[in-house]
Amino acid sequence: MALLEVRNLSINFGGLRAVDEFNLDIEKGELYGLIGPNGAGKTTVFNLLTGVYKPTEGIITLDGKDITGHRTEEINKAGIARTFQNIRLFRLQSVIDNVKIGLQNQYHYSTISGILHTPDYRKVEKEIDERAMELLKVFGMDGQRDYLSSNLPYGAQRKLEIARAMATNPKLLLLDEPAAGMNPNETAELMETIQLIRDKFDMTILLIEHDMKLVGGICEKLTVLNFGRILTQGDTKTVLSDPEVIKAYIGE
Amino acid sequence: MKKGLSKTSLNQLITYGIVIAAYIILQALRSAGMMTSHLAGLLVPMTYYAIAAVALNFCVGILGELSLGHAGFMCVGAFSSAIFSNVFKETLPGGLRFFLAFVIGIAVAALFGFLIGIPVLRLKGDYLAIVTLAFGEIIKNVLNAVYLGKDSKGFHVSMTNSMALGMEEDGKVIINGAMGINGTPRDANFTIAVIVLLIVLFIVQNMINSRDGRAIMAIRDNRIAAESVGINITRYKMLAFTISAAMAGAAGVLFSHNISTLQSTSQYFGYNVSILILVYVVLGGIGSIRGSVIAACILYLLPEMLRSLNKYRMLIYAIVLIAMMIINWAPAAREMRERFFAKFRKEAV
Ligand SMILES: Nc1ncnc2c1ncn2[C@@H]1O[C@H](COP(=O)(O)OP(=O)(O)O)[C@@H](O)[C@H]1O
Ligand SMILES: [Mg+2]
Repeated sequence: MALLEVRNLSINFGGLRAVDEFNLDIEKGELYGLIGPNGAGKTTVFNLLTGVYKPTEGIITLDGKDITGHRTEEINKAGIARTFQNIRLFRLQSVIDNVKIGLQNQYHYSTISGILHTPDYRKVEKEIDERAMELLKVFGMDGQRDYLSSNLPYGAQRKLEIARAMATNPKLLLLDEPAAGMNPNETAELMETIQLIRDKFDMTILLIEHDMKLVGGICEKLTVLNFGRILTQGDTKTVLSDPEVIKAYIGE
Repeated sequence: MKKGLSKTSLNQLITYGIVIAAYIILQALRSAGMMTSHLAGLLVPMTYYAIAAVALNFCVGILGELSLGHAGFMCVGAFSSAIFSNVFKETLPGGLRFFLAFVIGIAVAALFGFLIGIPVLRLKGDYLAIVTLAFGEIIKNVLNAVYLGKDSKGFHVSMTNSMALGMEEDGKVIINGAMGINGTPRDANFTIAVIVLLIVLFIVQNMINSRDGRAIMAIRDNRIAAESVGINITRYKMLAFTISAAMAGAAGVLFSHNISTLQSTSQYFGYNVSILILVYVVLGGIGSIRGSVIAACILYLLPEMLRSLNKYRMLIYAIVLIAMMIINWAPAAREMRERFFAKFRKEAV
C-alpha cells in the first residue's frame, strides 16, 4: 500500500472545476513531482490534501488512514506538512521560534506550567530549544536563530518554511514551488537541501515545480496537470518525453 | 542559547522593576504628605486601568483579535464581586472575603469571555469587535435595569423596581436598579492593586514565553500557516480571549471595591471606556505589555492632574497623545530606544 493514495479527487469553485478526477499514489521514500502550467490546479491539489479546501468528490488516504475532509491541523497531526507558494512565516517571530512553533505537538507541558514556569516547563523548553537548534543546523541556519524571520533573505525564508514543516515530524512533505523567485545559486542550494532532507530523514516528498528542467533533475516520478486534469503520470523520463506534455508547456 | 533566554527574562524584569519603583516612589510621596488627596485617590483607578490595558493588549496585540468590549468584562467583574462582598460583608473576614471576591469577579468575567468566544472565535474575520461592542453595551444597560435583593429565603430578582422584589422584612436590596450597588466594603487599596497588576504581568509575560504563547502569536502572525503546523486555532483563541476577559474582570473587582456606589453608567463601563483602554494599548505599542502599563498610567493621570488648567487641559492631553505616538512609533525614536536598552543589556549581562 502506498503512503499517500488519492482517488478521484475533484473540487468545484462555482462553475470552475479546478481539479478533476485526480489520482495519485506515492510510495514511502519517493520524491515525486507535480508539474503543469500556471493555473493548472497544482496548489489546489495541495490545499485539498491539507484540508484547506474540502473536496467535492474523492478520497484521500494517508498511511492507510482516511483523512478526507479532516481539518488542516488534524491532517498535520496525521503526518502531512507543507510549505506555501507565497511564503507564510510567522513574521513577527524569530527564526528559532518559527521552528519551535512547528514542534508544538511533539513536546507538551500544561498551560499552568507555562504560566508558572515550573521545572517541567524548564525541562521541556530546553528539549524544544535543543531540537529546534538541531533542525536549524541541518538547514545551516543556526547562526540566524535570533533573527526576525521577516528580515531573512528570500532564499533563507523558503528554507525556514521547510525547516518549520519538518519540525512537525511529518510522514509526507509537500513543497509548493520552493524555488520560485530564487536566483540560480539559491536554487542549486535548495535542491541540495531537498536531497539532504530526503536522505537524512528518509522523507517522502511531493514537490510542485513550475520549471520542468529543475524537476527532471531530482524527481523519480511525475504527474502532469493541465486545466485541472491529469495529462500523464509515471517515470520522470517517460513523462518528460511525452509529446502531450511538451505541447502543454510550449502551448502555454 | 543562554543569551536568548536571559534577554527575554531581563526584559520581563525591567517591567516588574518599573512597576515596583513607581509604586515605592508614589507610596513615599504619599506618606511624606507630598501628594494631594485628589492624586492619592487616583492611584487605584490608575492601576486598574493599567490592568485593563494589559488585558486588552493580550487580546489585541498578542492574539491579534480586536475587542471593543473590555469595559463590559470589567463591568461583570465589578458587579459580581460587589454582590458577593455585600452578601458576605458581615460573615467573612475582610482578607478572605476580598480574595474570594477576586475569584468570583475573575471567574464570571472569564465565563462571559468564554461564552462570547464560542460562537465568535470560530469565525474567520473581524466579528469579535462588533460582538464585544454589543456585549459591553448590553451588559451595561441590563445592569442598569436590574434589581436584586436577598432575604432569608434567598435571592430575588426584578426588572421593575425594588418593591417588586417582594422580600420579607429582613430583606436587603443589593442592586438597586440604576442606583447600583451601595456600601460595598472598600477592600481595595494601592498596594493590593499593584500586587494584582504584578500578577497579571507575570501571567501575561510568562505565557508569551511558553508553548501556548507561541501558538497564540503564531495564529496572529499567520492563521493558515499556524493551522498547517497542527495548531488548533479555535482552542488557542478561546484560551487567550478567556484569559484576557478574566484579567479585565480582575480590574473590575478593584474598581467596585474602591468606590462607595457602583453604578453601571457609560462613564465607567460604556464603549467609550473600552475605546479609551484601546487608546492606551495603541499608544503604548500594540503587543508591548510594558508600553500598555506606562501609557495607561500617564494617560489616565494626565487629564486628572491638568484639571486646574481647565481650558487648556484637553489641548495638552492631545499634544501628549501625539507626542507618545511619535515616541512609540517613529522609526528614529524606536532606534534610539533600542540602543538605550541595548546598553542596559550589556551592563546587566
Ligand atoms: N479559492 C478559490 N476560489 C476560486 N477559484 C480558485 C480558488 N483557488 C484556486 N482557484 C482557481 O483554480 C485554478 C487553479 O489554481 P491553482 O491551483 O492555484 O493553480 P497552480 O497552482 O497550478 O498555478 C485557477 O484557475 C484558480 O483561479
Ligand atoms: Mg500554485
